Amino acid sequence: MKTYINGIGCISTQKTFDTVFLEEAIHDNNENVLKIVSPAYKDFISPAASRRMAKGVKNGIVASALAMKDANIENVDAIITGTGLGCIEDSEKFLKNILDNNEEFLTPTSFIQSTHNTVGAQIALLQQCKGYNFTYVNGAVSFESALIDAKMQIEGDEANSILVGGVDENGDYTTALFKLNGRIKKDTYESYAVLNSETSGAIYGEGASFFVLENERKENTYAKLLDVTIINTLEENEIETEIKSFLKANKLEISDIDALVLGFDGNVDFEIYYKNLAENAFAQTPVLYYKHLSGEYDTASAFALWMASKIIKTQEIPEIIKVNSVEKPAYNTILLYNQLNGKNHSFTLISK
Amino acid sequence: MSNTLRIQKMKGVAITGMGIISSIGNSVEENYISLIENKIGISRIQNISTVHADSIKVGEIKKTNDELVNELKLSPDNNFSRTAMIGVFAAKQAVKEAGITSINEFRTGLISATSVGGMDMTEKHYYDYFKHPELIKYISCNDGGDVADKIAQELGLKGMVTTISTACSSAANAIMLGARLIKTGKLDRVIVGGTDALAKFTINGFKTLMILSDDYNKPFDNNRKGLNLGEAAAYLVLESDDVVLRQNKKVLARVSGYGNANDAFHQTASSENGDGAYLAMKKAFEISGLKPSQIDYINVHGTATPNNDLSEGRALLRIYENEKIPDFSSTKPFTGHTLAAAAAIEAVYSVLAIQNNIVYPNLNFETPMEEFDLKPQTILKNKKIEHVLSNSFGFGGNCSTLIFSKSE
Repeated sequence: MKTYINGIGCISTQKTFDTVFLEEAIHDNNENVLKIVSPAYKDFISPAASRRMAKGVKNGIVASALAMKDANIENVDAIITGTGLGCIEDSEKFLKNILDNNEEFLTPTSFIQSTHNTVGAQIALLQQCKGYNFTYVNGAVSFESALIDAKMQIEGDEANSILVGGVDENGDYTTALFKLNGRIKKDTYESYAVLNSETSGAIYGEGASFFVLENERKENTYAKLLDVTIINTLEENEIETEIKSFLKANKLEISDIDALVLGFDGNVDFEIYYKNLAENAFAQTPVLYYKHLSGEYDTASAFALWMASKIIKTQEIPEIIKVNSVEKPAYNTILLYNQLNGKNHSFTLISK
Repeated sequence: MSNTLRIQKMKGVAITGMGIISSIGNSVEENYISLIENKIGISRIQNISTVHADSIKVGEIKKTNDELVNELKLSPDNNFSRTAMIGVFAAKQAVKEAGITSINEFRTGLISATSVGGMDMTEKHYYDYFKHPELIKYISCNDGGDVADKIAQELGLKGMVTTISTACSSAANAIMLGARLIKTGKLDRVIVGGTDALAKFTINGFKTLMILSDDYNKPFDNNRKGLNLGEAAAYLVLESDDVVLRQNKKVLARVSGYGNANDAFHQTASSENGDGAYLAMKKAFEISGLKPSQIDYINVHGTATPNNDLSEGRALLRIYENEKIPDFSSTKPFTGHTLAAAAAIEAVYSVLAIQNNIVYPNLNFETPMEEFDLKPQTILKNKKIEHVLSNSFGFGGNCSTLIFSKSE
């Protein structure tokens, strides 16, 4: 049994809906926090329901609806979501109310919505999907955890179709805290370059990307999900060996990879993890990046999978995501590598 | 008998170690003694300053953060949340009991669960970060994966680490994923469980939902008034039969069935007929190949909220149709509802029930619910236990069932 990506939906800091493939993308070097390009929520969610929903929930609902429509299916057997910080805006709101009002005069709405599994639950509620429903929250591998679970279910014949997604939203206060602790680049920096950055901290963003995974190839199939692995701790000098053994387990070598998608986020402190690969082992491979468009966030790697799926289907690589000028006659096998601060590494492999 | 034949005979995934810290004890042994001697852990809150201190009772671990830092030998400049500290405490016990000395010797993973994560530190320092640079280290604790990262670091575990957060069913789902990773051969060994510390955030959250009891919680009682919140951490070590045979490991019990389903009814309330709960139990029976009549004890979710117990009771009646429902009890009168850790501590209690052939009492029960004729077991009962079913349900309609079985 194999796992196929048969539908995709992406709401991001670029216009990734009602477009072909990043032709309207803008690389904004002047912002350290990128904001979502909102879809017309009212086309997907009733205004009454929409008012009560957090931004992340709404984006998750729209991205999942786009993926379902793209896959041309109306229901799935399971819903698996990854999110680093969950519904952080509602968490902020409830916590501020507790602290500002000395634990009095509170209403439950933001508490109810603050639970990490709200997005997955709301999608299940809308679709009346009573199947398996998991939410993974493990920083940079939240989305890949969901992918691993979904792949295991499809290949173990536990499910035929699964909706898998990664979603995170920005909260104002949390963003300020991340500028304080160095996760996000300071407001005072002169440059917000993602490649060849000279400062620490990341260019930050938010978004929701969902995928319909199924056990059969269809007319609309984007790619086959060959393998996904997550590793908590790896030293920089272990990466190449680890990637080679990951490829070997899939009977592949570096020369078989038609494009490598790396998680460059502008943080000079951990750039070496990517840079060494791009300049050495993968010097003859087209190397791509994306966080200058999507921003960095825990589930930004879901945006990367959306991008890689598009490349395999369209056989085109937009200039705006190229790190080097290497080209290949065809883009049939793509490897994605991401990590955060030297921890939570993930390798994702897809092919035509 | 050849190894292959022995493996074929074994049903379910081997549990080879357990660790726990809760309001009724700091070890598996202490928890067991409390359970059989009716020593409850529900008390007034001491470690958190809250305006609700006099109106709620909680299942609090009576160790301060400083005591935990000392016991875990953490450096003074550590940035561990309480959730991470009790998590490390329990996970280390589990690894020790499983006799693991070289953690990365086999393909070993950690699947953790939490709902509040490092909220205890976030809420304590939220407005102080800008004024006190020495507190900045706690900002990253708010990330859901921070707890698992810290447990992995303390165990020296480098491989697959992830976290599940599906509210109050989280740890059941961590155990479920772990069992599936072993069954499919993706891992040889996995540490599974959950941890949640008490926090103002959850105290006030449940308070606004009006489901906190001001008294001792009484599951499945007609006059139940809600839950007592608790804090706990528990982890179990699951190992493949191959590793068990190779190392001649003692198997405490087995995870023989699991199921997860969504109620798809309401973000926080359970459906009247317990659809999600019914489906989760049904799936768990399918996976285990067991019939409902083979279950000797059910450790119910039994939070003592009006909504949960009614919905869960109805789901049980649907599963058992015309059959007699086995002895059941909620252990939450002992520990309080420990949220994302609940299913992990109840997994430990389920294994202990199998090992010691006992059914725990459902304390504080007096009056049967008027909606149906269901009476939990109210006093400690000795009987042969082969199979235990444990339920855990969470916000977002998340319903999970685990079945634990005696190892051959």
